[in-house]
Amino acid sequence: MSHFIKKALTDIRLNRFLNLVTIFTISLSILVASVFLLFFENAGRVIEAWNQGGRVMIYLKDNFTMDMMPELKDRINGLGNIREIIFISKDEALDRLKKEILFNSDFLRTLQENPLPDAFEIKMKSYSSLEEVEAFAQKIKEIEIVEDVEYGQGWLGKFLKIFTLFKITGYAMCSLFFLVALFITSNTVRLAFYSRKIEVEVMRLVGATETFIKAPFYVEGILQGFFGGVLGLVILLITYLMISSGLTQNLSSYIYFDIRFLSINTIILIIFISTFLGWFGCYLSLKQILK
Amino acid sequence: MNQEIKKNSIIRLFNVSKRYNGKFALKDINLDIEQGEFILISGPSGAGKSTLLKVLYLAERVSEGHILIDGMNLARISSSRLPLLRRRFGMVFQDFKLIPNRTVYENVAIVLEAAGEKPDYIRKKVMQVLRTTDMDKKAKALPQTLSGGEQQRVAVARALVGEPSIILADEPTGSLDEKSARAVIDSIMEYHKKGATVLIATHNLHLLENAVRGINIEITEGMIKRTATML
Repeated sequence: MSHFIKKALTDIRLNRFLNLVTIFTISLSILVASVFLLFFENAGRVIEAWNQGGRVMIYLKDNFTMDMMPELKDRINGLGNIREIIFISKDEALDRLKKEILFNSDFLRTLQENPLPDAFEIKMKSYSSLEEVEAFAQKIKEIEIVEDVEYGQGWLGKFLKIFTLFKITGYAMCSLFFLVALFITSNTVRLAFYSRKIEVEVMRLVGATETFIKAPFYVEGILQGFFGGVLGLVILLITYLMISSGLTQNLSSYIYFDIRFLSINTIILIIFISTFLGWFGCYLSLKQILK
Repeated sequence: MNQEIKKNSIIRLFNVSKRYNGKFALKDINLDIEQGEFILISGPSGAGKSTLLKVLYLAERVSEGHILIDGMNLARISSSRLPLLRRRFGMVFQDFKLIPNRTVYENVAIVLEAAGEKPDYIRKKVMQVLRTTDMDKKAKALPQTLSGGEQQRVAVARALVGEPSIILADEPTGSLDEKSARAVIDSIMEYHKKGATVLIATHNLHLLENAVRGINIEITEGMIKRTATML
């Protein structure tokens, strides 16, 4: 095996430019795929966090009285999937608002009466889809005393739509870039093969087996794929380090969201895929040349 | 030679023909070559000398007939066993067929690497053969920095390093000056003395006719015209 690795490294050294172009092309493909994976992983965490700690606000009509509370609580609990119900009276809501909007305190002081409704804050158990939450909200809305239900349907719906769109675009882009990388790898192997045609001919004449002849090409393809994958991830890591802290800081005014780099499993998967890509490009090329 | 069956036959050809686009390059060749014999295949250019060697090491398949090498029928040899057959041969070509971007040492070592020999043995054996062909001092040189004669000596070293039982040489002195040609033939002859069978295809007879004892097979238009013993 060390003989084949030595041969492959010698060939990479001899055809430096060609190999560098191939490694760089693979790294670009891996970079594009990794960007999408980075987005999916982080977006997935947002959705998961929402699923686990999801909050639904139930706003009640003005004619709500505290006598109705036990019956209403029972009805809501009866719908299931509820972890906790907290009642927030209109006075409590106004106090919270006053604390949160200090700079508007003058405006709030001038209010003749409390415009806020009584409400329930519901902490939900895990949900697998937005449709499930919508169905839940619909059932609550059917209760007469309920004025409105809010569960982030606006932003969450949009977010899920963007997420799905990104997913489709991601798949398409990744497939396209993988095909390009595959084409480039197989072409490099083909060029390397033709540049070593005499060597292959001589090896056959002196009794080398097909495995002995092909192995250095496979090692070369595998090394190209591996280094291409590592380089792509290194570029992504550098870009991530440069922009992630700034992005988190900017977003922190609106939402708590920490962007994380790819998990170790995803990194291993990416390197495995890029290495496989190198091998497969070589396989396709040699299959065609040596048939 | 074609009528009697020899006891120690290593190469036997039975009615071998080779056609290219319907034209015979070899026609109805029968040969029986014994282990350790020296065979000179002579004839004009295009007579079929190179084709005869090519069908022996299976660079070409015969159109008709059968070839036995050490009892192995080449018509039935599988592609997986072809490398094993080729390791029985040491081959020398007029155009040397050296790998341009590999050193002299690497060009010779490739035979033993392909046979799966251990690095220590390869190092020792390659240097030993390079010494016998007087190329040890140029072990690190690339082929293009060598003269034609030196390149052919490297090719001879490559042919001998695996200690094959048969040497096939196709016009080995064709592009060399007298002195270089003599050195190449001497190296091959030295090896032949150890018991190897040698087949040399050449139209340059004067170097060999008086130097060796063997059989001269003269080929014309793909057919054996004459066989003569060289004394």
